[in-house]
Amino acid sequence: MNMELSRRAFMRGAGAGLAGTAMGALGFGDIEAAHASSIRAYKLLGTTETRNTCTYCSVACGIITYAKGDLAKGEKATIIHIEGDVDHPTNRGTLCPKGAALLDYVHSETRLTQPKVRKPGSDRFETVSWDYALDRIARLMKDDRDRNLVEKNNDGVTVNRWTTTGFLAASATTNETAWLTYKVVRSAGMVVFDNQARV
Amino acid sequence: MTITVNPPVAATAPAYGEQDLLRRSASSVPAPGRQLEAVSKLIDVSKCIGCKACQSACLEWNNLKEEIGVNTGTYQNPHDLTPNTWTLMKFTEWVNPQTDNLEWLIRKDGCMHCADPGCLKACPSPGAIVQYTNGIVDFDREKCIGCGYCVKGCPFNIPRISNVTHKAYKCSLCSDRVAVGQGPACAKACPTKAIVFGTKEQMKAHADKRIADLKSRGFDKAGLYDPPGVGGTHVMYVLHHADQPSLYAGLPDNPRISPIVEAWKGVTKYAGFAVIGLAAAFGFVHHLVAGPNKVTEHDEEEAARLTEGRSP
Amino acid sequence: MTNSWTDIRNTDLVVIMGGNAAEAHPCGFKWVTEAKANRGAKLIVVDPRFTRSAAVADFYAPVRQGTDIAFLLGVIRHCIETDKVQWEYVKNFTNASYLVKDGFAYSDGLFVGYDEQKRDYNRTDWEYKIGADGFVETDPTLQDPRCVWNLLKEHIAVYTPEMVERICGTPKAKYLKVCEMIAETSSPQKAMTSMYALGWTQHSKGSQNIRGMAMLQLILGNIGIRGGGMNALRGHSNIQGLTDIGLMSNLIPGYMTLPVEREVDRSTYMSTRGFKPLRPNQTSFWQNYGKFFVSFQKAMWGPAATKENDFAYQYLPKLDVPAYDVLRAFELMHQGKMTGYFCQGFNPLLAFPNRAKLTAALAKLKFLVTMDPLETETARFWENHGEHNEVDPTAIQTEVIQLPTTCFAEDEGAVVNSGRWLQWHWPGATPPGEAKTDVWIMAQIHLRLKALYAKEGGKFPDAIRDLTWNYKDREDPHPAELAKELNGYVVETVADPSDPAKVLLEKGKQVAAFALLRDDGTTAAGCWIYTGCFTEAGNMMARRDNSDPDATGAYPKWTFSWPANRRILYNRASADMNGKAWDPTRKLIEWDGSRWSGYDVPDIAPTAKPDQVGPFIMNPEGTSRLFSRGMMRDGPFPVHYEPFEAPIANVIAPRIRGNPVARVFRGDMEQFGEAREFPYAATSYRLTEHFHYWTKNNHINSVLQPEFFVEISEELAKEKGIRPGGWVRVWSKRGSIKAKAVVTKRIRPLICDGKPVHIVGIPLHWGFIGAAKKGFGPNSLTPYVGDANIETPEYKAFLVDIEPISGVA
Repeated sequence: MNMELSRRAFMRGAGAGLAGTAMGALGFGDIEAAHASSIRAYKLLGTTETRNTCTYCSVACGIITYAKGDLAKGEKATIIHIEGDVDHPTNRGTLCPKGAALLDYVHSETRLTQPKVRKPGSDRFETVSWDYALDRIARLMKDDRDRNLVEKNNDGVTVNRWTTTGFLAASATTNETAWLTYKVVRSAGMVVFDNQARV
Repeated sequence: MTITVNPPVAATAPAYGEQDLLRRSASSVPAPGRQLEAVSKLIDVSKCIGCKACQSACLEWNNLKEEIGVNTGTYQNPHDLTPNTWTLMKFTEWVNPQTDNLEWLIRKDGCMHCADPGCLKACPSPGAIVQYTNGIVDFDREKCIGCGYCVKGCPFNIPRISNVTHKAYKCSLCSDRVAVGQGPACAKACPTKAIVFGTKEQMKAHADKRIADLKSRGFDKAGLYDPPGVGGTHVMYVLHHADQPSLYAGLPDNPRISPIVEAWKGVTKYAGFAVIGLAAAFGFVHHLVAGPNKVTEHDEEEAARLTEGRSP
Repeated sequence: MTNSWTDIRNTDLVVIMGGNAAEAHPCGFKWVTEAKANRGAKLIVVDPRFTRSAAVADFYAPVRQGTDIAFLLGVIRHCIETDKVQWEYVKNFTNASYLVKDGFAYSDGLFVGYDEQKRDYNRTDWEYKIGADGFVETDPTLQDPRCVWNLLKEHIAVYTPEMVERICGTPKAKYLKVCEMIAETSSPQKAMTSMYALGWTQHSKGSQNIRGMAMLQLILGNIGIRGGGMNALRGHSNIQGLTDIGLMSNLIPGYMTLPVEREVDRSTYMSTRGFKPLRPNQTSFWQNYGKFFVSFQKAMWGPAATKENDFAYQYLPKLDVPAYDVLRAFELMHQGKMTGYFCQGFNPLLAFPNRAKLTAALAKLKFLVTMDPLETETARFWENHGEHNEVDPTAIQTEVIQLPTTCFAEDEGAVVNSGRWLQWHWPGATPPGEAKTDVWIMAQIHLRLKALYAKEGGKFPDAIRDLTWNYKDREDPHPAELAKELNGYVVETVADPSDPAKVLLEKGKQVAAFALLRDDGTTAAGCWIYTGCFTEAGNMMARRDNSDPDATGAYPKWTFSWPANRRILYNRASADMNGKAWDPTRKLIEWDGSRWSGYDVPDIAPTAKPDQVGPFIMNPEGTSRLFSRGMMRDGPFPVHYEPFEAPIANVIAPRIRGNPVARVFRGDMEQFGEAREFPYAATSYRLTEHFHYWTKNNHINSVLQPEFFVEISEELAKEKGIRPGGWVRVWSKRGSIKAKAVVTKRIRPLICDGKPVHIVGIPLHWGFIGAAKKGFGPNSLTPYVGDANIETPEYKAFLVDIEPISGVA
């Protein structure tokens, strides 16, 4: 519904509206339970709703993911549909062509599922274990840091600066990820550190 | 209205169903016991930014998989409606001769859900196309024979036949969503609310407000597109140049059902699909589809004769 | 954004220049259409292309890319000449009346103090006159020729309508129409909002583009009011948060800065961060810098940060250059001076300029680690994809470790929108395969590095060893624990000095507001501007009450907005010198004789008297700056500089190429093309169907715009024999690409300095990985130079040539 018409209805408390329907508002009146063969089975029945925020731009539209399975109950959950959240003040249920197709991102054929390593000179990635990948990273970092960390500059000033390994941070991760990333990167003395603010 | 609540996940009684059929192709329906309030989608072309959220939401909600095509020198992708693309943004670059300003006219194309549906009237397969008293015109794929009559019958050139399934496809006005009290996926997604959904009366009132705003901005020909030639539609447009619908990627200025279809409708009415038999039906179909698609004076007269005395 | 997305509904005039909100932010642009539909607001779009925003604009004017400053300074000139100035605002809330040092001067495109060799200024004279009382000298009558107002008038005199047309290519009549529409908002009853994005930032003078509009908005009195503001439409979903938390080479969370080498200890560091007020009675809020800094150090290093060791000051690295931004990073890589590089959710191979240089740079690394939910070209930069990535894997010795991460649907935490709202979200799906959260991965990297130092010893392990790590599951910190650290907590109980029985702050409790943070080590806060987001009352970022009293658009109980849940920055400027709203229909906060209160959290001390304390409390002046002193490298006023690659010479300073102080690395200057060789003005941008390179992995988005193309005018197509939908080759001095041609009326040649300038539009999205068709992107062509202040690359304006080709498979 357009904003002009929906404003009054919008002013309900938080969380309201998840369960209800608006058949009455459409003027259908009393309802008889009979479907028609032309009408496709409604696909969200029995799905689990979760509030989220669209991962793309910084309008930060409210979205609801609809999943088969419930994480809260310890089940495996697979999202089958994503739609704008009408309770969200900014987007009020709307989504752009990216947001409306978020499901394709979640289930993209090019989602990564395993750690991989490409060895020097190789023409392919090889699957490795998390332990292998993380130990290897720590080893590479430490070797470089021990070799190249500048503890004091030419004037003898303590600078504890590491410029030979850099970190390019994400821009769609959470604040919490960002903070932990900051802690880990800065405590190691890294200064070649940037994010996606510019592109 | 519909999108002031999020879609339900619990079972809910459907808002309408078989008992609300107003028309059923090539067959008759019992008089519906009630008249649902007419629904409508209103597309305000003047608010549309051509973002294709409607296309995206339509593909996602209806689980449609369109092919990744090619660029032919336009933003319009795919280049036409297909069995999987039920709605399509059509882009027209038009220099207004009165102002010498460029206007980028962007129109969401798709099924208009005519009150007098040419597709349904042309359809020879009983129940393959149905119309509910709320105005939704829907295809029932189980019953579709892929004959292509609906394509010929449509004054807006909307249905598309799949080469794979040999069935006809078009926008259902998200009949599954409307059944649970929601609006269509395209209207829900539309960022600027260029697409809105509600009862037809509400949509007309909303359009009036939009038209007044457009007139205040110098579009003195702004108006509502709800063409009477097809009995009005349950998808309407607000146009800034309502005097020239065809500017908008060839939106018909005065759409009406082809007289041939009306003629065919007459045949089915008097002879009935079962009586004239499949062979005859396909012969007639072949004539319509392969024959010259021109309406002669004779056709007009014939059509007029055959459609005379149509029961309401 | 100074305001918020939902506040745009309150505007009377939207100016979209330096952005394309309908295309890039459709659901935010909704509020433009709402303002238009509900309050008759008008929309102006100024852009080289007739964009999707222009499609619904009331008025569109073309402008050549890279000439926005000339346009904006011209509008300021128009407003001053026609007396369309919000005088009370300008006199009281800006530094218009402040006197500037006699040594300050400007001529021929340069300010005083330029050193051509260093490409830098000595900025000593770009400063106010300071009186004997230690405060800035002023002339409230604006008569003194050395006051900011008169210097500004002199500075912008050259930008006449004729000059604007000559530089920008905007027809004079269209330009004047824009001027008139904008000037109307100088009325205190009218508001204009500026919505801009990368169309202004991605220039070698990007920061000054934005200053140009900010100055105009101040002159019109449009900052701090409902429906007004400078509204940067941030790109990615949490780029605001990443910037807030300071994930940049030179930042500390909350917009503090990393020490430089000469700041040998904390007292030296603090000596330039005292922020003494420059005018009597002013707040100068940054005087609290020390409290935020020490609280940050405590959040990082806890008990290891003590008064005795200067709160672990030496644990912070010190910079030897202004910044290790991405251009410097890849330059160092290219010089073979880097060993390793991490890319977390980032695809620099396609996202940064001059791809040939990037490929060569990555190939010189010993190791590259990528963390991403999706395949990226960067992770596969070594893989041969024919003409789309012409490399020899055997010649590339870089070890690449590709780590699969979760995406938004599978993780928990807050992201910050453009309007500074911290919005919490919850996971709704099981991660695919072995994908892990970034939090788990970063924790593992840290713990394993720390274990290696514990086992083997090595260089300066202290800062790693002592990093605060009080998480319930040390292997996998919970987002709520991290959020609480960001908010801040009490380290040691603090008693009320006047009543020792009373406890001010209780150990272990969450800090309620940043005003309570201290510089004695008794409080810790990861990011002071976020304090208040996760208090003893709970997670304020998870609040979902969408009520909005009197429909102001503030939504004060929806999640949390930094700072202090304030929705509109500088909101004290919405009221006059008596503390009454300039426009009663736009009331935000008002003074009741003793206190400020209203719809929003006051952006001023609640008891600060309106006739004494200025609204711009973060500035030591208490006012906003029309003259920015020595704070920007390229001048206290913006100047029109051409892009480094421009189709015409700079008509106001023909000798100057590009921004005279923009950093250019050796070798890159030689790679700039000349107009005689590359005659067409190119620009790059994103399409609404796509989100950068991510949606290349999505089927639907690939359907909606399937194939790489460039856009040109019908005139250029005719001149070059290019047909719509035909193939073309486009090349710059740095590379060559093939694309389909979209020939359109939406791009028209502009007449600049008497010559026709043709524009070539190059959208970005395509690469060699994902669901989409393989294609090229603009960054094979773009120049390797950034903004003089913050190094944003000049993606928006460069030179190319174009020709039709055939026979592309």
